[in-house]
Amino acid sequence: MTATATAAPARPADTPPPPPCPPRRGIELALLVAAVLISVCGYLAVGLAKTHAVPGGAAGYGAGLGGLALLAHLAIRFRAPYADPLLLPIAVLLNGLGLVLIYRLDLETPGDLAAPIQLIWSTVGVALFTAVVVLLRDHRMLQRYAYVCAALALLLMAAPILFPALNGARIWIRVAGFSIQPGEFAKILITVFFAAYLAANRGALAHTGRTMGPLRLPTGRLLGPIVAIWLLSVAVLVLERDLGTSLLFFGVFVVLLYVATGRTGWIAVGLLLAGAGAAAVGTLEPHVHSRVQDWLHPFAGIAAGEGPGQLAQSLFAFAGGGMLGTGLGQGHSYLIGFAMKSDFILATFGEELGLAGLTALFTLYALLVARGYRAALALGDPFGSLLAVGLATLPAIQVFVIAGGVMGLIPLTGMAMPFLAQGGSSVVTNWIIIALLLRISDRAHAPRPEVSDLPATGCRPGPVLPEAGR
Amino acid sequence: MIRCIRHTAAFTLLLLVALLVNAARVQLFAADEYTGNAANRRTVMARYAQPRGAVLVAGRPVTGSRDSGGRLRYERTYTEGPLYAPVTGYSSQEFGTSQIERAEDGILSGTDERLTTFAWWDELARAHRPGGNVVTTIRPDTQRAAFDGLGPRKGAVVAIEPRTGRILALASTPSYDPGELSGNGPSAGAAWLRLNNDADRPLLNRAIRQTYPPGSAFEVVTAAAALDSGLVTDIDAPADAPDPYPPGGAGGRFGNPSTGCAHATLRAAFLASCDTVFARLGAGIGARGMADAARGFGFDGRGLRIPSPVVPSTFGTRMAPAQVAQSAIGRYRTTATPLQMAMVAAAVANDGTLTPPRLVDRVTDADGTTVFSSSHRRARQAMGPATAQRLQEMMVDVVAHGSGRQAAIEGVTVGGKGGTAPYDPHNEGTPYAWFLSWARAKDRMQPAVAVAVVVEDPENVVANPENPENPENTEGPENPEEPENPEGTATVRADSDGAAPIARAVMRAALD
Repeated sequence: MTATATAAPARPADTPPPPPCPPRRGIELALLVAAVLISVCGYLAVGLAKTHAVPGGAAGYGAGLGGLALLAHLAIRFRAPYADPLLLPIAVLLNGLGLVLIYRLDLETPGDLAAPIQLIWSTVGVALFTAVVVLLRDHRMLQRYAYVCAALALLLMAAPILFPALNGARIWIRVAGFSIQPGEFAKILITVFFAAYLAANRGALAHTGRTMGPLRLPTGRLLGPIVAIWLLSVAVLVLERDLGTSLLFFGVFVVLLYVATGRTGWIAVGLLLAGAGAAAVGTLEPHVHSRVQDWLHPFAGIAAGEGPGQLAQSLFAFAGGGMLGTGLGQGHSYLIGFAMKSDFILATFGEELGLAGLTALFTLYALLVARGYRAALALGDPFGSLLAVGLATLPAIQVFVIAGGVMGLIPLTGMAMPFLAQGGSSVVTNWIIIALLLRISDRAHAPRPEVSDLPATGCRPGPVLPEAGR
Repeated sequence: MIRCIRHTAAFTLLLLVALLVNAARVQLFAADEYTGNAANRRTVMARYAQPRGAVLVAGRPVTGSRDSGGRLRYERTYTEGPLYAPVTGYSSQEFGTSQIERAEDGILSGTDERLTTFAWWDELARAHRPGGNVVTTIRPDTQRAAFDGLGPRKGAVVAIEPRTGRILALASTPSYDPGELSGNGPSAGAAWLRLNNDADRPLLNRAIRQTYPPGSAFEVVTAAAALDSGLVTDIDAPADAPDPYPPGGAGGRFGNPSTGCAHATLRAAFLASCDTVFARLGAGIGARGMADAARGFGFDGRGLRIPSPVVPSTFGTRMAPAQVAQSAIGRYRTTATPLQMAMVAAAVANDGTLTPPRLVDRVTDADGTTVFSSSHRRARQAMGPATAQRLQEMMVDVVAHGSGRQAAIEGVTVGGKGGTAPYDPHNEGTPYAWFLSWARAKDRMQPAVAVAVVVEDPENVVANPENPENPENTEGPENPEEPENPEGTATVRADSDGAAPIARAVMRAALD
């Protein structure tokens, strides 16, 4: 934005290359301090509202979050100095706010404390984040392991079938007291595979196939492996009854296919498949059917004398927040009951921080996604761009599906609000996504004299978000 | 590829806009609908999140709040529940509110905007105002005398300070403990069922929510109308009323159990409750005149609030002369609440001026600063001062020589009027016993108190050893159209036996 003047089009060949991007690690550090301070303030506000005293763990909480942020910052400073300075502070702020909300809800359920576990998982997440930033020197290395990733993803998704179902979904495995959702990790692996496969075959996918009216459909031979993988993953997910993740995979798949080939035909095919799938699942699967009914008639339970359902309670919570919210710790979102710390965490946010807070939160997510797309635009290699688009689209779809679900915009599908919701696997996965995006953005913005013909070299930040409708 | 990434970004932007628009819908535009949903507990939880303000009697709270520790945090408590139940009513987390708890709910729960200077700021900051207090006009000794006087019987007592309209006692029996209904647990539900299924209807506030046929107690109004209209100019002149009356009429005839009612003077007829005389007077005044007079006392009024809503007492307007005659002796469609009859007595005692009764003196915020005072209520003239004075004379006579002897207090000017009214149109069961009275200390110009007592089951007095009865001469309603009341002997002189001693006790307490 600030550097548009330097991004003049048509640069004469003999002019010297523009100066390299300033690393801007100082900005990142300042934003990190702000993110940690905001989180600590939230923690204090909860304690003051609920017990009228400064909560005992405030210093420890602040120090813990600050330490994690500092660790991540140092890893970036030494190993990815040109990386985007916004990604890490946004991640820390979201994770910090998530911990505040979970701590706040823990006060309503003294027998079931989730915040300490979430803090442990956050630590694990930051550790893995650091490991990825330090060990993965170049994202293109991942391209070589595309099929390994695919196999691993399928394995991870299939693993919970061996474990008992929990709350109607067979997506957890229990190890040493901790529940792990392997499907969360599979998200990254599948995205890596999609990106690698499409980067290798996008030329063939884009230019062959038969024409059908305005659409050009690809040939079956090229489509075979990718559809097979996709069908397999969807089959596993339907078997495990985790439709949120299924929807997520499908969305990323269609987006990447479109970005790789530039063919609107893919969108048509994708929407067709999605429509057919939704209709089939919506009528055949009783679990999903009831969700659709709940979405259409959120207050049917009240009329039937069964009291308000979860979605009705969630809507009540949002409505209770109004414009400015009740203030942290002063809402009644715990009336939602089951899953209030995970799927319905946004209701607490909406009630206690209001529409103003919710708008700020959505803006944070939008910024995160936009920075991912920005890295994709600035990058030269197709695999990296596709990977960045895929990784940025994951949280985008996730936020839309779960936020739209708990606010009655679309039928509710169980899914974690990235960084915010209770769920260790989800937090760890999101930290790895941020690490990969940082690695890609570092590559995109770092000076690369060896490939001087690319416009992405030198300091030329890509456009942040294109105007809608272009 | 770059173009496609931008399209994708634009698409995610679209998703963001959809989320924000939907968030605005849920949190702003549909918020009131969701918040108003009966299944949304937020409203009720906010209501009970802080202690409720107190109802004060003589400066001392008769209500309190208990921290239940539950989601509906504070529950109402009552120091002397049954005694003050007709005043306070109940405040239940499950079954709503009644009486003052309902009428002054905004003050007690803290939502009333009078409690704050900057309501808009409280709205913005979501501040919870502490509940204010309601200061009642009740005097504890008078209330206690009324409640104890009624004892195990069914009935009601209202005592008013005639000049100011301040209600000094408001009792109704059988009573209940409103504290039993406060919570939301199974015990509150059981108490609610039990109280509602009780045939004696303890939840009914008989003093203001139940009307009774006033019977001969209504003759005060008829006498006032006769004097004001000029139909009777001399209370000691014989009236033009045969006994029975009308001599040959078919549509309802009146007779008197007492002798000497034929062509009796107004004073004598008042003393002996001669139905014939008052029926004749009512017919003479006519439907319109009687209705106007009754309206002057508050009958057929609309929405009297003290501030608890009072059931309107009725007289009616369109009726044939025979029905006017019935109405004039407190039957037919004439019904009155005990409060209404206390207003009649108060108007007589206050030289014809009727001050609207009120139960709440003022309301204060939580710190005790008055935010509203109900002292200025417009009084109106129910009858001429001369008429009032002659009625006072006649009422004093009733206590001095007539059926109200048991209400006499030594050294105090007491006026009274008793009455009985049939339990139902078929004249079966025990008649209600009424007694209206007022008292004025000998050295004072102003009357101290006006009282109305109604007892639904005056034969209970036999079972009450504190009130030994001695039947005097007979007086009771008789309707020739109906068969003779089989229990007639048991109800003889019920008005003074049942009700007058209670009125006396209440007046004594108010005079102290």
